[in-house]
Amino acid sequence: MTGYIIRRLLQFVPVLIAATLIVYAMVFLMPGDPIRALSGDRPMSDAVQAQLRDQYNLDDPFLVQYGKYMWGVITQGDFGTTFQGRPVLDIIQQGLPVTLTLAAVAFGFQAIIGAIAGILAAVYKDSFIDRFVQVSLVIAVALPTLAIAFLLQLTFGLNLGWFPIAGIRDGFVSYILPGIVLAAVSTGIVARMLRSELIEALQSDYVRTATAKGMKRSRVVTRHGLRNSLIPVVTFLGADLATMMGGAIVVESVFNMPGLGGQVFRSIQAQENTIVVGIVTLFVLFYVVVNLLVDLLYAALDPRIRYD
Amino acid sequence: MSENRASDDTAVKKSVSNPWVPAVLSLVVPGLGQLVVLRQREFGLKLMIAWLVIAVGPTLVMTPLRLSGTQVDRAAVTLADSVALSAIGIGLLIAVYAAVMAYRSAAPATQEEVAEAARVERPEAALSFQDVHVSFNTEFSTVEAVKGVSFDVMPGEVVAVVGESGSGKSVTSAAAMGLVPKNGTVSGRVYLNGQEITAMDPTQLRRLRGSEVSMVFQEPMTALNPVLRVSDQLKEAMEVHGVAFGKDALAKGVELLELVGIPDPANRIFEYPHQFSGGQRQRIVIAMAIACNPSMIIADEPTTALDVTVQAEILDLLRRLKDEINTAIMLITHNMGVVADMADRVVVMFQGEVVESGTAEQILMSPQHPYTRRLLEAMPKLHQKQGAESPRVKVSEEPVEQPGTPAAAEIAIEAKDLALAYKNRGKGIRVVEGVNFTVPRGEILGLVGESGSGKSTIAKAVLGLLDVDHGELLIRGRNLPTLSRKDRKAVRKDIGVVFQDPAASLDPRFPIGDIIAEPMVVHNVGSPKDRKERAAELLEAVKLPRSVTNRYPHELSGGQRQRISIARALSLSPSILIADEPTSALDVSVQARVLEMFIELQEQFEFACLFVTHDLAVVDQLANQIMVLEKGRVVEQGNKHQILREPRMDYTKRLLAAAPVPDPQEQRERREARHQLLAAQGLL
Repeated sequence: MTGYIIRRLLQFVPVLIAATLIVYAMVFLMPGDPIRALSGDRPMSDAVQAQLRDQYNLDDPFLVQYGKYMWGVITQGDFGTTFQGRPVLDIIQQGLPVTLTLAAVAFGFQAIIGAIAGILAAVYKDSFIDRFVQVSLVIAVALPTLAIAFLLQLTFGLNLGWFPIAGIRDGFVSYILPGIVLAAVSTGIVARMLRSELIEALQSDYVRTATAKGMKRSRVVTRHGLRNSLIPVVTFLGADLATMMGGAIVVESVFNMPGLGGQVFRSIQAQENTIVVGIVTLFVLFYVVVNLLVDLLYAALDPRIRYD
Repeated sequence: MSENRASDDTAVKKSVSNPWVPAVLSLVVPGLGQLVVLRQREFGLKLMIAWLVIAVGPTLVMTPLRLSGTQVDRAAVTLADSVALSAIGIGLLIAVYAAVMAYRSAAPATQEEVAEAARVERPEAALSFQDVHVSFNTEFSTVEAVKGVSFDVMPGEVVAVVGESGSGKSVTSAAAMGLVPKNGTVSGRVYLNGQEITAMDPTQLRRLRGSEVSMVFQEPMTALNPVLRVSDQLKEAMEVHGVAFGKDALAKGVELLELVGIPDPANRIFEYPHQFSGGQRQRIVIAMAIACNPSMIIADEPTTALDVTVQAEILDLLRRLKDEINTAIMLITHNMGVVADMADRVVVMFQGEVVESGTAEQILMSPQHPYTRRLLEAMPKLHQKQGAESPRVKVSEEPVEQPGTPAAAEIAIEAKDLALAYKNRGKGIRVVEGVNFTVPRGEILGLVGESGSGKSTIAKAVLGLLDVDHGELLIRGRNLPTLSRKDRKAVRKDIGVVFQDPAASLDPRFPIGDIIAEPMVVHNVGSPKDRKERAAELLEAVKLPRSVTNRYPHELSGGQRQRISIARALSLSPSILIADEPTSALDVSVQARVLEMFIELQEQFEFACLFVTHDLAVVDQLANQIMVLEKGRVVEQGNKHQILREPRMDYTKRLLAAAPVPDPQEQRERREARHQLLAAQGLL
């Protein structure tokens, strides 16, 4: 088992290098001159431009730029500075809590609501509840995220006044609406998956044995049915958590939240390579770690899985 | 005025200054209540849920809103706080009430009341069916699964219910436990120890299941929850009925495991089901079934999925338990040998009705009803007496014992020092070693062994599905491992295969005609017209009507599907046929017909056949030569007569001793002989 973990951790390195290299290359290949973008309307003297170029290594060939950057990251944790002089690390530290909270709220929503919907639909299969759940899930998945966002904003934010419309001023409450929007599609998937897994589990032989032992239906469903059917759902949730970190761009824009997603978008527009690479590196790291944890969790939940 | 207002506000504020308090308390109290209501979970839980929804809901919704400073009406806040406080009070009252209820109505009292209320005639019968009908409403029609079944099971006796698929025996047993699926209607009466099952509500039925009547099912491999430890599952069986809790339950669980013969029970109880073998898993299921000392055990084909030696052990166990605990057993089976071994009385069912019933002696030795007679005749017999002859098989006169002896016919398959391995990440695990055999054309070699003996592995290797690790495997003189891909394909053309599961080996999207012709398509033989004709020919050979050509596999029965598998295997007129347990999944009478047809086809087409099976009686009927395998090695091989009538090796003797025969007297003697044999071999 430890051998397996070590091997997985070693996979970190090539994955990280590949991901950062690709992102760096893509940003590098974008047309346009960042220094020009920086100066905007005001003319900048050639000397200043030359100095800035030198400071940010913009005249060096691509691989050299990349090498110098990665070296800074590994040895000093220095993700570089933006062209305006702010350290990227600061920007990341500012935006990270917002994105994390958003991802946590969305995760909580899809885990709880998705699970409840899935369980109800499976236990009361083919009844009204089942059909209702299935139809709502299809609607949730089919509506584009943008539409859901605006809809919720309008109804709950503006008309009913229950939740703030935008921003993070109001503390935790302001994360609820964006969290729901972010979780919409995943909730559908979780509920669907849990429903089919639970239906299959409830038709299995060991559930029949448990019923024959005289256990209550509810206990049979939770102790025997759920235990087995949660395993694939948990693995999905884990993978989804990592994706949610990066997928919040639309939601963050609509709800005007200062998280990393919006930051990445703005940085791409401004051609701030360093921020983009920095944030993407963080996402990649997060993704790899979460996937490893999910795999280990899978082994912990199912005693038949043993890695060697 | 305003001062009063202010003091009111502060008073309100002081009493519930922190909004989290009511919320947390309203969660803690039901938790405590739950602990108190442990035994009377059902009623207490219902009350608890109702209270949570009505009273606590609003509190939980209001609290975060207030925390975050959203502007809410002052009056609403006061209301929420009062609701929260009163909810706590009500919750405490409910908890106390539920606790009192729990201690007052302990389980035994209620059961006695029910028993008193429902006590009717026949108080002595453990289980009594009286004119039971069960019908199922399906999309297409109403299916009458059980039509007027009546019989009794007395305490301490074993009643065997015999029948084939569709006879309604499993549904009858489900009715005894109230486990008939929702779309089924049960009419008539079923009595368990005098209590009427058919008149009970789900709660009462639940209390009976596991404590008065328990069930052992057919498939031990999937009967246990794979993610829970055996200890948890055993304890559950006892905790549900209040027989024992916690450490007591664990200790009793270890006792039970020892009773059913699991070695080292104190440690192994903490393992997971996948760490036990099939036979051991069935023992664990039996342990769970007897955990609460039921007066009735229903065993639905408990040994059908097990090897013959394991079957004999499980039957021994059931017999011993019956004597020790004095339970009645209702044994459902289609194997007459098992009936002869275990049963005191027998009930024969056919298409939902009881066609005959009587003592085991009567039914097995002098059956009256034509169906019972047919069933007994269809069962393949194992002849172990000297000079006994099973009809229908051409026996080669010279015992061929050494491989390589020049025979009159061409040698179709030959294996020299064959070793096979499964590779797992570079390391190979040898599953078969040192196997030598020859199969001349026109002869059948029976590969006999238990699970894990390697017989299916050898069949796979001959088919080319598994690479040979060591040694030679010659198909019609050509060594399989040394051939190129093209040559291998040419060799495959000469081999036909019939698998065990008729449902799984036919592609459900192909019509029958296409299925039979598929080998011809793969090897590019003949024009489409030729193939159609050939398919029709083969259908005739396997005695199926031509109209079947355009039907789909799901429209046919298991026996018909297996015939089609055989037809497909013969489509290229192969010189070799591999049959991997082709009749194990079929009913007894169907099996008899399929085997009969098989023998005729073999005489007609003269192919060499490698017949893998675990059923010695079947091998007695079919094979010329037999090879007995244990754990990948050949224990004994040679002429059928010699192996079956005069076995030399211990393992073969054990195997033969374990196979039951449908004669109660003879079976009793065989059982004694088997125990002596095992004792002599030091295994008992």
